[in-house]
Amino acid sequence: MTATLSVRNLRVEIPTRAGVLRAIDDLSFDIAPGEVLGVVGESGAGKSITGSAIIGLLEPPGRVAAGEIRLGGERIDDLGPDQMRRIRGRRIGMIFQDPLTSLNPLYRIGDQLTETILTHERLSQRAARDKAQKLLEEVGIPAAGARLSAYPHQFSGGMRQRVVIALALCADPELVIADEPTTALDVSVQAQIIALLKRLCSERGASVMLITHDMGVIAETADRVCVLYAGRLAEIGPVRAVVKHPQHPYTHGLMSAIPSLAGDPDEELAQIPGAMPRLGAIPDGCAFNPRCDHAFARCRAERPHPYSAGASDAACFLHDPDPARRPPEPVARAAAARGIAAADETPEATS
Amino acid sequence: MTAAHTSPARPAAPDQDAVPLVEVGGLRRVFDLSKPWLNRMIEGGGRVTLTAVDGVDFSINRGETYALVGESGSGKSTIAKMAVGLLPPSAGRVSIDGTDVWGEKGADAMRRMRRKIQMIFQDPFASLNPRWRVQAIIEEPIKAFGLIADPKDRAARVGELLSLVGLDARDGQKFPHEFSGGQRQRIAIARALASDPQFIVCDEPTSALDVSVQAQVLNLLRDLQERLGLTYLFISHNLAVVRHVATRVGVLYLGRLVEEAPARELFAAPKHPYTKMLLDAVPDIEMEGKERLAIAGEIPNPVNPPPGCHFHPRCPFVMEHCSTDTPPAHLVGDAAVRCHLFAEDRAKTR
Amino acid sequence: MPHVAGETTNGAVAARGGDGAPPAKGRLRRALESDLWYSFVRSPVTVVSAAVTLVMILSAAFAPLVAPHNPFDPATISILDSFYPPAWMEGGDARFLLGTDDQGRDILSTILYGMRISLAVGFASVLFAMVIGVTLGLVAGYIGGAVDSVIMRIADVQLTFPAILIALLINGVARAMAGPQSYDQVVLVVLVLSIGLSFWVQYARTVRGSVLVEANKEYVLAARLIGLRPWTIMFKHVLPNVLGPVLVIATINLALAIITEATLSFLGVGVPPTEPSLGTLIRIGNDFLFSGEWWITIFPGITLAILALAVNLLGDWLRDALNPKLR
Repeated sequence: MTATLSVRNLRVEIPTRAGVLRAIDDLSFDIAPGEVLGVVGESGAGKSITGSAIIGLLEPPGRVAAGEIRLGGERIDDLGPDQMRRIRGRRIGMIFQDPLTSLNPLYRIGDQLTETILTHERLSQRAARDKAQKLLEEVGIPAAGARLSAYPHQFSGGMRQRVVIALALCADPELVIADEPTTALDVSVQAQIIALLKRLCSERGASVMLITHDMGVIAETADRVCVLYAGRLAEIGPVRAVVKHPQHPYTHGLMSAIPSLAGDPDEELAQIPGAMPRLGAIPDGCAFNPRCDHAFARCRAERPHPYSAGASDAACFLHDPDPARRPPEPVARAAAARGIAAADETPEATS
Repeated sequence: MTAAHTSPARPAAPDQDAVPLVEVGGLRRVFDLSKPWLNRMIEGGGRVTLTAVDGVDFSINRGETYALVGESGSGKSTIAKMAVGLLPPSAGRVSIDGTDVWGEKGADAMRRMRRKIQMIFQDPFASLNPRWRVQAIIEEPIKAFGLIADPKDRAARVGELLSLVGLDARDGQKFPHEFSGGQRQRIAIARALASDPQFIVCDEPTSALDVSVQAQVLNLLRDLQERLGLTYLFISHNLAVVRHVATRVGVLYLGRLVEEAPARELFAAPKHPYTKMLLDAVPDIEMEGKERLAIAGEIPNPVNPPPGCHFHPRCPFVMEHCSTDTPPAHLVGDAAVRCHLFAEDRAKTR
Repeated sequence: MPHVAGETTNGAVAARGGDGAPPAKGRLRRALESDLWYSFVRSPVTVVSAAVTLVMILSAAFAPLVAPHNPFDPATISILDSFYPPAWMEGGDARFLLGTDDQGRDILSTILYGMRISLAVGFASVLFAMVIGVTLGLVAGYIGGAVDSVIMRIADVQLTFPAILIALLINGVARAMAGPQSYDQVVLVVLVLSIGLSFWVQYARTVRGSVLVEANKEYVLAARLIGLRPWTIMFKHVLPNVLGPVLVIATINLALAIITEATLSFLGVGVPPTEPSLGTLIRIGNDFLFSGEWWITIFPGITLAILALAVNLLGDWLRDALNPKLR
């Protein structure tokens, strides 16, 4: 079966005065029909840029410099702006963090919906309006008929995001790209929106690319997850495997750094030292090597590509099929060799 | 100066019998959202007011972390501002170490009081003046309170503070934009520590940071509390974070404290339906297969909150009098719960 | 010393943070690496405008050294030299490159000296308008309430009149107050006052708007927290952060102020013909435009146009360069 979306060796470059930055470097992943793929990473890891690259809305001067993007088997990364515009909305639906960016504040909700429906489908005005109302009902907006003539500002944040979901789904797209769809919402509303998105997409068989920094949202929504670090793939695999048994040291660190409602609250949170490098200052070899406890000479010289690691794939030499080329065993020694600041040796330092 | 472990001047552990360091009583804040007088005269329409904080009481013991949890419109940031003296309350009082934050008139007493209070803000990109060097940012409180007169000693103190928060003493010569978000938050913490405060209000200190950096900052705050015997008021919307830092937790809903309990108890056995709902809404990272409970409805507009118990339109256990009577705080074990459900409980048990 | 060292020197509590930010830099290196410098050298139009502006300012400032004659010294001018056309034309004189006017003054020299007056009045009135506008804007934005309303309503009212009208009004009042005899001595001050007072509104509005944004930022809250006085916060914290847009307006206003001065002088209410500015020169030449002596008015006119255009282009560039959304 062809993947709904297939990204191969994608490279996104941003030329700046300091040189060309690689915002995305050699990224490959697939999304199967009906699958929800979570894309996680810290700010600056390139998750939103991946989304923009797919829908052809990279902010200039950013550009796709290499690789292929295929939607249902057809290449879409080399299409012109007009063709891309036809694909957006019709074949790829989009949901952004701030619902107000997708809604025109000057038009009534109903008009925006019918207009979008009419650009994608040959329907009468009446039929389009009926469809719009049905969509609003489906996304759980009470008194949908009356709300058609309301303006975006008359809706609450959660309701607006529901309208955006309705807009994204109105042409029955194959793929929905949701970029931080719940980040701006309150915790209690978040759950509603996530559940709604998940239900509607699975009803329609649409694939979802869910971009978020919130591992919790991924854990309960996604089928598979793709972890990005400094514009590169760190780990990709079934969500359960990645969350429960992360194979990449970065994913491992990330998972243990998340405070949860289980476990001992008095224990210090595990933390990864340092911060993700800026795009202009990515170290040689593995981008994570200066923060990694397992790093050895090879990590500083050679860039690891994804190796099969149990259920998932991890871009780390720990999983090199040749044991001789993996990092030497004990872990603590590596930390000592790096000569981390005194604090890490004090008793209160974490593992 | 290299002495590694001098004993702290203040006790680090909370003392049960001690007088609380911070006491907040009957705190209330009303904002006037009316249009200007002239517009009201011409266009009609009366005064519009928003009760952001509606009679909140709590106290914080020395060395404790009191967390206020709430969603948007709960009034948590308004309480933070009133507690540090940035926003005058409409009614009620805040006292720190026995002195009323808003009652003190003398400039000297005011300065002494201000020195004890500091704040760490949410956005590390907005909380540092972009045109100032880190050195100047951190030494500003030292200068303002006249703590160290000699510039050399002051620079040394700034270096000390920087290394205390895990930065390099030489970082003082740089500008904020040369640092990452987490490092900026460390600088903000160093500034907060500069006046040697006792009480620090942390207003969503990690919500703008990435998870791995969030853990660093939370651990740092905890280490500092142990070392310096600090008392925190920790404002957050993230229950998982609160669970890792708080000794006591207050849950706010539309300006009212609906439940207050020791952290362990609140997370183990939440009482108020809203608290339960909030806990259920936390994404399940552990993947225990727990379905996230989708709660009906959204937070009502705080300008026009529902009568009686503000939560009653969303409450699964709503009773008839919930929409008319505002529930008082009922004591259930160590928790105080503003919910009519517990009035009946108590009536039954007695 | 109330500094409690013992508590806070307990070694690094958590030296786990640093991800190695670049080392501190000197002022010059920072300037050369700044985005502003980068966008400057990447825009040829801007570099040319800056060069033109600089050359004009320098030649005006050093007019006595650069100019071939001193047009204000009656001893060196002779009525016999009047109405020479530019040197390259028939009947021209090599001594007078751009020809002479009706009194025998060298046009090139008069332009250089006139530019001095134009630029001086321009800079002074911009500075004056800036001081008034920025101060009122800061006060209005930071204090708010009734003070804000009063200042901004005055600004609104003033904005409904064209600047030149206000300048004329203030000029007329000042002229009446000074009396005809002493007027010539205070004319430059009057010009600066009238132009300055007609331009302050823009600064006030811009600064007020920026202050409203900045005053709610957390760094200002942090400063209020330690009990700093409003004035200290306004000048030490807020002002440096709102100066960007002020600089843009100042540059664009410099061109406007020079043109306003020229207009006033052209209308005859500005600088007197004995010590002419560019505007006065254009007015003088205007009388002879149709009798064939076009050079008297055209060359000062071109100079004024180039000066205003160059300064304006600089302002445009500055506005774009300081606005991150356009970059």
